[in-house]
Amino acid sequence: MNRRTRLWLVAVGGAGLAALLVAACLELPDFGGDRHPYGDRAVHESLARHTANTIASVNFDQRALDTLGEISILFAAVVGCVVLLRQTRDEHRARPRPADVARPVRRYALAVLPVALLTGLYVIAHGQLSPGGGFQGGVAAATALHLLYLGADYRTLERIRPVGLYEVGDALAVSAYLVTGLACLIGAGSFLANTLLPYGTFNTLSSGGTVPLLNAAVGMEVACAVVVLLARFLDQAVEIVEENGT
Amino acid sequence: MMDVFPYLVAAWIFLAGCYGLATSRNLIHAVGCLSVCQSATYVLLLAVGYRDDATAPVFSDIEPGSRPVVDPVVQALTLTDVVVGATVTALLLALVVQIAKRHGTVDPDELSELRG
Repeated sequence: MNRRTRLWLVAVGGAGLAALLVAACLELPDFGGDRHPYGDRAVHESLARHTANTIASVNFDQRALDTLGEISILFAAVVGCVVLLRQTRDEHRARPRPADVARPVRRYALAVLPVALLTGLYVIAHGQLSPGGGFQGGVAAATALHLLYLGADYRTLERIRPVGLYEVGDALAVSAYLVTGLACLIGAGSFLANTLLPYGTFNTLSSGGTVPLLNAAVGMEVACAVVVLLARFLDQAVEIVEENGT
Repeated sequence: MMDVFPYLVAAWIFLAGCYGLATSRNLIHAVGCLSVCQSATYVLLLAVGYRDDATAPVFSDIEPGSRPVVDPVVQALTLTDVVVGATVTALLLALVVQIAKRHGTVDPDELSELRG
């Protein structure tokens, strides 16, 4: 099929899809309406279990099993990337050369690094109270480490980032989630049921039963996963070269 | 008009992403277009959950029941969506890296005769 016919086909199909989508949109409930039966029930359940951030309650309590599926997807994707981006037989590892970094870049990157790392950990720790949580904080914390790559060079980053350790951490965090679920199964009668731990005082760090534990496990998993993923991509760009030339 | 406008925006973003996917001459660009398609679902989900004059469903600084809050279920779904989208992008980009190494091109038209 040549380009022209293909474009025509896309145009016809796209026009049909657009018409169907518009027709569907016109039938949807009005934007901003007041009827949200699931939302109201989720808010009610979240408050009953002393979790101030309703979204954390939905993710780590009401839909905790779905989140297990979600972190399994993340874990599988990390494994897939590690396999796809491995060093093949006709490639070898070149030692990265030390790089010159402009002084202001170095200064500000190194000054922001601890702040960014602390912000990431704060967002993870307060997942059940304020906006954020394991997923968001994990990404922030993992990205913070990579400021070293900007501020110093790749060798410095490699020294503080043993990828093997983060791969183990990734697996451990997923296991921690599973173990918490199993503890609920043994102690409370059903998998990932948030009835095992006391709910604590509303709006304090220890409130919400198992929500903070699962949240922390997810935070660790996401942080490790992002570090491992970025490490694999950076290896491809910086270190791994083909045998014949570059 | 305002009652359905955000839904139409979501549909438009989705179609724009589809157009990009179909006409893409570069696999990295195609992965970007897929992310555009996916961001349409964020807009749709958040639009479905919106409630007029409502605030975020986080009760650390507002008294429960004092103000209406938007639907937290769709927000949690959007979070799931973002995470899955990021993993898919990472995996696809890893595939593109391998394709570029094996075939020396990232133009999907030139890849029509796949070699082993």
